Amino acid sequence: MKEDYGRNKITWDARQSKQLIPELAGLMLSLIVLSPFILVIFNAAKKSADIVINPIAPPSDWGQLFVNLKNVIGNQNFSYWKSFGSSLYITVVSLILLTLFSSMAAWVLVRNKTKWSQVIFMMFVASMVIPFQVVMLPLLSTFRKVSEFTGIPLLSSYTGIITAYLGFGGSLSVFILHGFIKSIPKELEEAAWIDGCSPENTFFQIVFPLLKPVQMTVLILNGIWIWNDYLLPSLMLGLNGRIKTLPVAVSSFVGSYVKQWDLILAAAFLAMIPIVILFLCAQRQIIQGMVEGAIK
Amino acid sequence: MEGKAKKTINVLPAVIGAVMVCCGLYFDFYNQGFWGRGPLLIGGLLLIVVGLYLVPGRKHRVIVNGLFLLPLIGAFFITVLIPFLFGIFYSFTDWNGIKFTQFIGLKNYVQMFHAPDYLYSLLITFLFTVLNMVLVNFAAFFLALLCTSEVRGRNFYRASFFLPNLIGGIVLGYVWQFIFNKVFTSLIAGSVSMLTNPNLAFFAILIVSTWQYAGYIMMIYVTGLQGVPKDILEASAVDGAGALKTLLHIKLPMIANTFTVCIFLTLVNSFKQFDLNYSITNGAPSRILGAKAVASTEFLALNIYNTAIARNRYAEGQTKAVVFFLILAAVSLTQVSISKKREVEL
Repeated sequence: MKEDYGRNKITWDARQSKQLIPELAGLMLSLIVLSPFILVIFNAAKKSADIVINPIAPPSDWGQLFVNLKNVIGNQNFSYWKSFGSSLYITVVSLILLTLFSSMAAWVLVRNKTKWSQVIFMMFVASMVIPFQVVMLPLLSTFRKVSEFTGIPLLSSYTGIITAYLGFGGSLSVFILHGFIKSIPKELEEAAWIDGCSPENTFFQIVFPLLKPVQMTVLILNGIWIWNDYLLPSLMLGLNGRIKTLPVAVSSFVGSYVKQWDLILAAAFLAMIPIVILFLCAQRQIIQGMVEGAIK
Repeated sequence: MEGKAKKTINVLPAVIGAVMVCCGLYFDFYNQGFWGRGPLLIGGLLLIVVGLYLVPGRKHRVIVNGLFLLPLIGAFFITVLIPFLFGIFYSFTDWNGIKFTQFIGLKNYVQMFHAPDYLYSLLITFLFTVLNMVLVNFAAFFLALLCTSEVRGRNFYRASFFLPNLIGGIVLGYVWQFIFNKVFTSLIAGSVSMLTNPNLAFFAILIVSTWQYAGYIMMIYVTGLQGVPKDILEASAVDGAGALKTLLHIKLPMIANTFTVCIFLTLVNSFKQFDLNYSITNGAPSRILGAKAVASTEFLALNIYNTAIARNRYAEGQTKAVVFFLILAAVSLTQVSISKKREVEL
């Protein structure tokens, strides 16, 4: 008995020390991975001259952080609250419309097994290969022509950029939703149909609520992409246009304050903070959503 | 009689809508100074939609199907499909971003493959893609093993490795520019910034790209590794297989599919790298090649952007973009055929 106890203890100790190496490795690696963020916070709280002296040390006076942030927030090129608002507006409206419209489209495509629905679905799937670069130049000229012709502003307007996000995000969203709707038993809808429920009510009252888990994936995947996207808004809204998203505002700010690192890092800090907060609140859902989107 | 009246009322919105659209189009063609033509057009289209929805009868289901598909397909057509087809067409013309004067056949393509800056860009993009794919997958797999072990605090590690991937490449690129220019040069006193040397600047982008992307791929590997059935692992432990043997002979073959997904995902995304490239170096520094200076770290996506937007050569930029698309399409087709083959084997 006594011997047994001793042996167990030894293995337990051995496991402890065996754990030590991965634990140290994990700590070291996360420190390295997180160090750029730490450096941003440190140096956003310094004066320009202090960064030159030592960019690694923690700041001597954290009060400088608020001085820098205040400078940046009020800056003409950055105008934080305005660009934050624009980014939020574009992202939220695009996400709502994208989720609604792609759910509707995917449902119709699944429930109608005609040649047409197959062709349309294949078109969506095939279009996922198309990179933005091959579309961007003709997209600008198409939008310019359509706005000139119809008088509906599409370039440098919310309407245009939200339409563009619907178009570019639609394929993947339909693809993901399509796979999920296929697994919903048809009997549910048939029962509603027999009870005299119209097709649109069947969709909105029975099918739509069932799609919640997969709509979450669609929201997260597209939300992160739209929020961080740079190329599309910079081309459509312009670097110094009336509407600026946060990434465009950061880029425009950096362009106007070359090498003013204290202010640039304060701007970077402000651009990062919303998504970091979101990540801290909904870590599990975000990771899960992004991974599921990749596997499908 | 009453039924007929009701039918007429139901059709009314569609008719009014059609009239409004016609008026809007009339102004578009003959009187572009009229401010109300945009609202007229949009209002008319909305009324037609409402009208179609109200049309009674057996066609109702078909109409609802059409209306459900319409918004997404409409957006898809005007933002993706039509520009895409125009784009391919423009690559055979002397398009300047607004209009084209003549059809010039394959001249853009021929010219492009004789331009040293494009060939150089093609070469380093391939190099970057392959190196980044290898680095990201190695790092990600290693991190995934760490995060699926019994180690304490693994949830914290997962979250911190994943974080860089959530922040936009533009913002991160500027942060890293600071790190390369100020932090590294002060860590190694007296050294010059990596970003001033063509070779080192290339590796600088590689480092940041791996740093940003590994956490994401890691999570896919974690999902794969967690999918390996516990009883198989227990059986192998009972049979006396060590950690390394279990990894090589059980875990690796079991997640072969995950490897395919991750490898192609990193290939495609590395090939498309734009944000980091744009904000860290924007192509700089230049390298002397032959007797010409070329941007030493300008990957294809940035090369396309600079050709068209910065140098205002739209047809040339568009042609490069079409080739860019063809390469990506070939990669994706390879992936599809590989996974199909695997499905058959299973």
